[in-house]
Amino acid sequence: MSNVAKTPETEASAAERATEYVTFSIAGQMFGIHVLQVQDVLGQMKTTRVPLAPPEIAGSLNLRGRIVTAIDVRLRLGLPPIDNGNSSMAIVVEHDHELYSLLVDQVGEVLALQPDGFERNPPTLDPRFRDYSDGIYRLDKQLLVVLSVERLLDYGRVAA
Amino acid sequence: MDDLLSEFLTETNEGLGVLDVELVKLEQNPNDPELLSNIFRLMHTIKGTCGFLGLPRLEAVAHSGENVLGRVRDGELPVTPGIVSIILECLDRIREILSVLETTEAEPEGDDSNLIARLDAIAEGDVPDAGDAIVAPQPAAAPEGEAAAAPESPTRNADEGALDKVVQLAEAAAAEPVREPEPAACAPATPAAAEAEVPKETKESSVANQSIRVNVDLLENLMTMVSELVLTRNQLLQILRSQKETEFAAPLQRLNHVVSELQEGVMKTRMQPIGNAWAKLPRIVRDLAHELGKKIDLNMRGAETELDRQVLELIKDPLTHMVRNSADHGLESIADRRRAGKSETGTIVLNAYHEGGHIIIEIADDGKGLNVQGIKRKAIANGLASEAEMDGLNDQQIMQFIFKPGFSTAEKVTAVSGRGVGMDVVRTNIERIGGTIELSSTPGKGTKFTIKIPLTLAIVSALIVECGNERFAIPQISVVELVRTSSRSENQIERIKDTPVLRLRNRLLPLVHLKELLRLDDGLGVAALDKQEAKDDHFIVVTQVGTYTFGIIVDRVFDTEEIVVKPVAPILRDIQLFSGNTILGDGSVVMILDPNGIASQTGEISVTDAHDQAVEQRFTRREDEVALLVFRSGDKSPKAVPLALVARLEEIDLAQVEDSNGQQVVQYRGVLMPLVSMEPERQLGQEGRQPVLVFADRGRSMGLVVDEIVDIVEGRLNVELTGERPGFVGSAVVAGKATDIIDAGYYLTQAFRNWFDVELSQGFGEGNANRVLLVDDSPFFRNLLAPLLTTAGYEVTTVDGAEEALQLCEAGKDFDVIVSDIEMPGMNGFEFAQQVRGNRWAETPIVALTSHASPRDVARGREVGFADYVAKLDRDALLNSLHDTLSDHRGAA
Repeated sequence: MSNVAKTPETEASAAERATEYVTFSIAGQMFGIHVLQVQDVLGQMKTTRVPLAPPEIAGSLNLRGRIVTAIDVRLRLGLPPIDNGNSSMAIVVEHDHELYSLLVDQVGEVLALQPDGFERNPPTLDPRFRDYSDGIYRLDKQLLVVLSVERLLDYGRVAA
Repeated sequence: MDDLLSEFLTETNEGLGVLDVELVKLEQNPNDPELLSNIFRLMHTIKGTCGFLGLPRLEAVAHSGENVLGRVRDGELPVTPGIVSIILECLDRIREILSVLETTEAEPEGDDSNLIARLDAIAEGDVPDAGDAIVAPQPAAAPEGEAAAAPESPTRNADEGALDKVVQLAEAAAAEPVREPEPAACAPATPAAAEAEVPKETKESSVANQSIRVNVDLLENLMTMVSELVLTRNQLLQILRSQKETEFAAPLQRLNHVVSELQEGVMKTRMQPIGNAWAKLPRIVRDLAHELGKKIDLNMRGAETELDRQVLELIKDPLTHMVRNSADHGLESIADRRRAGKSETGTIVLNAYHEGGHIIIEIADDGKGLNVQGIKRKAIANGLASEAEMDGLNDQQIMQFIFKPGFSTAEKVTAVSGRGVGMDVVRTNIERIGGTIELSSTPGKGTKFTIKIPLTLAIVSALIVECGNERFAIPQISVVELVRTSSRSENQIERIKDTPVLRLRNRLLPLVHLKELLRLDDGLGVAALDKQEAKDDHFIVVTQVGTYTFGIIVDRVFDTEEIVVKPVAPILRDIQLFSGNTILGDGSVVMILDPNGIASQTGEISVTDAHDQAVEQRFTRREDEVALLVFRSGDKSPKAVPLALVARLEEIDLAQVEDSNGQQVVQYRGVLMPLVSMEPERQLGQEGRQPVLVFADRGRSMGLVVDEIVDIVEGRLNVELTGERPGFVGSAVVAGKATDIIDAGYYLTQAFRNWFDVELSQGFGEGNANRVLLVDDSPFFRNLLAPLLTTAGYEVTTVDGAEEALQLCEAGKDFDVIVSDIEMPGMNGFEFAQQVRGNRWAETPIVALTSHASPRDVARGREVGFADYVAKLDRDALLNSLHDTLSDHRGAA
């Protein structure tokens, strides 16, 4: 699952092959997650609040018999909560044999991106973004932040 | 059956199955070297294992078969149907022998010389022709009377096209005519008969066919799917309930049954006999015995008792550790045993059995028992307790120290134990899976550990409750009862300072607000909760963790549901209040509350301590377990009074305090209640509120003004007398602190000079002191009751045991009434009463004092001559009873 992290580095081998990303937007910013890491895209689901959990844990939900932990990516990235209630869409990813549902504002299309549009994180990037981002793709009209699922969900590291 | 043998049978049968298939393939591809070497290897393995296990007949047959295959592999013999047939025949023979081996665990007698001769002949180069393969073996077989082989031989006349059939029939042959184990006597005499196949009921190798190896992941997956199916079924049934007439009703009911059975079946696949966890123990014990120079007999009972695989894995190591402990520390050396007059061989007994949804495992040894003094020394040396604390503990409590972290009982660290894994780890592991461990030990007789664990962790029964619009599950096993409170009913939530409590059957139950605990109150705070309490109905889930009982305040209570416990996501594992999560019948996710976590977060009593008490409670006499109300008044030292003596806890408004007749009083429930302070010089303030302990009796109340109500503590009491100070019974260690136990009777007389006189005048007039003999081994009760009885006008003599009381009798003392405890060390109350009935005191009435009286006890008490039964701490009842008993007695006399 670490192929996302490695893809940008091994540019030479990936030169002829574009990488596909599921794109989504949060607070107007476009993000992408490697398509192979995405298990599912969900609409609004009935979610159970988990008391005493960190604020970005939106709750738990039942996805075909498996319990999925919902994480509000907005809050995880240090952005203010969305104005009009709950995030309406979610991307389900697997991390360490557990399923997580990442709540986002809007899920967009799947884009095949050429590695020559890829750049490392600018050093001036907000530290939280820098923590969770693998790099930036330059698209025609906007920039796409490649989100690292591992780091986003690595709570042990953050706590330490 | 021997494990090794059954393993061999399973493996060999599997091997034979593979060989059958491979041989047929070989016939079709005679030149495939890989196939050939595979076949050769399989045959070789069988031969090798037979030799290893000491099965000569099997070995001989397999050896000859291997020879033939060896020649074929080396290219010295061509693969012909004839050769394949004879190898198949060889396999069939192996199967026959195996099937007998399986039932009798011994190789049957018999002669395979014919088969071996034919195999050897082929190996020598006597190749049967492909066309008439049977011709070669047939003439040889027939004279020797291979009767059963004859009918099948035409089918073996295999032209290449009918190979499938050959194999089928070869298998059929293997399956059907299975040889009976020959009686040993006739077998050598009739070698021909030995080879003759006696038709028998079809019986494929049962060991091989009844068990298959399945990946555990597959089972876990299956379990998840079945759980999901169960949930879907529950959903459907819920829909069904809301619809009166529907054609789905019947099929859904059927589905319901099938799913239930399926669930049960899958659950069973997870069950394994506990013997699996014990398998290594005999070897470990044997090695230990060698190493330590002891003789140890390991006796394992109930090895077939089944429990969940997951649980089994978790208790494996603790069990091994405990058996090691028993062998190392528990049992004495041979010399020591001989000196103690025991047999040289020490015994460790492992016993497992089911008991009401739990499995009980006992590990007992007949060794020297726990060394209480040793444990004491060690605990003090390791800083687990001070010497003073130790002195206050009884042997059972001291033994509990072996479960404390940082304790190892071994005087010297041996190679066997003392490697840092202690009983604390054992206990932690067992408690983690919701089990308990108890210990009992008799010096010189041995030690016994009793472990109680749930059968399965996967599915538990849980109570579903609602709090702050969220639902939660509470494992049913910790739920004692449900209480509904409302402002209108008699059950009301009261508050001591900010702490909510509930009066429940003569005791105060500490309460926790789930809403507050889970911060679902949206920051409303205590005041708002208080308002809600007054307004709304609440439910209190009375929960027990060890001996710590507390109530959880929830908004609503739903049904009980069987839930499948799933671990929470790693991010949420830090939250101690949850033990898992689950999906309910309606498909929603709920969190499972962990009563242990709640108790340790809220109670002053930590869970482990509560557990200690649970264990201790079983061994200490109950009457010493008292609920004490701890409060502060005047100086800093905590004070306590038995909770049962307190009628109510109130907070009075100081502005309402009035002076009447030189005494401070307050209007309370329509009457004047005098206020008494423990410090005569105390001046009550003019405003604010003051906590008061209310003692009530016959419509009169007295308020004892205190500074602060601290806690309610339940525990064993050891009162050490200070005696001299009026108003105090003595001091005791309560919740780890030196606490003064106040004499409630003293303050009652402060408020009403004649508090007890009423009873006196009602009874037998003043000045006519009645002589009471109080027999109780507990200094606490002696010191509580003696002043009380004295104040009530009795002349009290106290003794701490029945023996001493009888000495008084012999010394010529007389009493008008005897008040005796039932549970006492040495002679108990019943025996005492019997003795008394037979001596000079035969006419003296005896009143029994007890903390819990079952109807049977009462009946027995009457039989042995108790005039009455009185609950301890029930002052009124005791005084009434004494009064009645004495008047009755006087009347009768």
